Amino acid sequence: MMTLEEFTVNLEKEFEGVEPGSFTPDTHYRDIKNWSSIYALIVVAFVDLNFNVILNATDLRSTNTIRELYDLAVQKHV
Amino acid sequence: MKAYIQAISYHLPERVFTNDDFFSLFPESLNHKSNLKKIGISERRIAAPDETASDLAVKAAEKLFAEHQISPLHVDFILFCAQEFDYYTPTTACIIQSRLNIPTHCGAMDFNQGCTGYVYGLSLAKGFIESMACRNVLLLTASTVTRKFHPRDRSSRFLFGDGAAATLICTREKQGIGQFVFGTDGSRADRIIIRDGGARNPITEASFVDISDEFGNTTNQASLYMNGAAIFNFGLKTVPTVITETLLKNNKSMEDIDMFVFHQANLFLIQTIAKKMNIPDQKIFNFVETVGNTVSSTIPIVLAEGLKCGKIRQGYTVLVCGFGTGLSWAATCIEL
Repeated sequence: MMTLEEFTVNLEKEFEGVEPGSFTPDTHYRDIKNWSSIYALIVVAFVDLNFNVILNATDLRSTNTIRELYDLAVQKHV
Repeated sequence: MKAYIQAISYHLPERVFTNDDFFSLFPESLNHKSNLKKIGISERRIAAPDETASDLAVKAAEKLFAEHQISPLHVDFILFCAQEFDYYTPTTACIIQSRLNIPTHCGAMDFNQGCTGYVYGLSLAKGFIESMACRNVLLLTASTVTRKFHPRDRSSRFLFGDGAAATLICTREKQGIGQFVFGTDGSRADRIIIRDGGARNPITEASFVDISDEFGNTTNQASLYMNGAAIFNFGLKTVPTVITETLLKNNKSMEDIDMFVFHQANLFLIQTIAKKMNIPDQKIFNFVETVGNTVSSTIPIVLAEGLKCGKIRQGYTVLVCGFGTGLSWAATCIEL
């Protein structure tokens, strides 16, 4: 399974326009500049493709940092 | 005798709404320009104010007759799929019969379905043909949904375009349209909805009160509302299962399918589904960039364009899958 570090680096790559290396596990991913609905879809697709877990809007709202997002994906992964 | 798809044509309205037009209306969206590219849409067509879904469908049918040397005299059933009909009564398909000079001995029927409409139409046409009720079904799908958008509804205005498609389904000895998988979940009807203006909720002043979501999309109860994130999740969850069920029901494996054609909700969703299902790039054909999501016409537009450019060929086995408002989903395998 993907580690937290890999998750952080690979999620960052999915976002166009984010400065490489700017994400850490403690980044509040929903506070990134210009966060919008398309970013939310990118996160959902990324988690689904890597963990076979489909997060909904409530799931996303329950997490702030990339670490929390990762923990949720791991927890829901069967 | 078996039903098969003999010919497909489509028609788009003249007015083009480009991404530049979009960004001039919503300059704040320029901040997400690079990410919006993933959606895969650069322009869409918008029906003129006096142009109805049936007007677009009639033009698509006229193109079908002209491009494929088909006589309207041979049509003995018209199926018209839309969500915007000309009148409460009569049936719009009846008016289309007269406008297209189709003989009066034909049947004509409207049905209201969104993004699954084309697959539903194939099913109805197959049923009519293989029960010997008729031989040549003209299936028309059309949408003018952009007319029901709130002017500040960024998401819908980016995704959707208007358009219509015409398909002629005829008879032959070899099977052309396989077994169907259908699904419906009305408990999630509110995920894509125009709440007011139908029989349930009349239009009142409250219908025009603006409602904005957390991302700044604005709509009201007289306009289209779509929960984009919920629909995205619905697609991710549902489509892979539907594909598996459709393959099983048609006694086929992934390898037997020459091409997968999905409802063109948006490119990002389709590509994510394809990755999830390990569908190779060469087995997916999309055509959304210059037309957007045209609701029930996306699948026939992809088929028509694929046949035109040679990505889809006669003899191919194609799995078609629609999903969307309802919520509903439907799929089948077609042999071209």
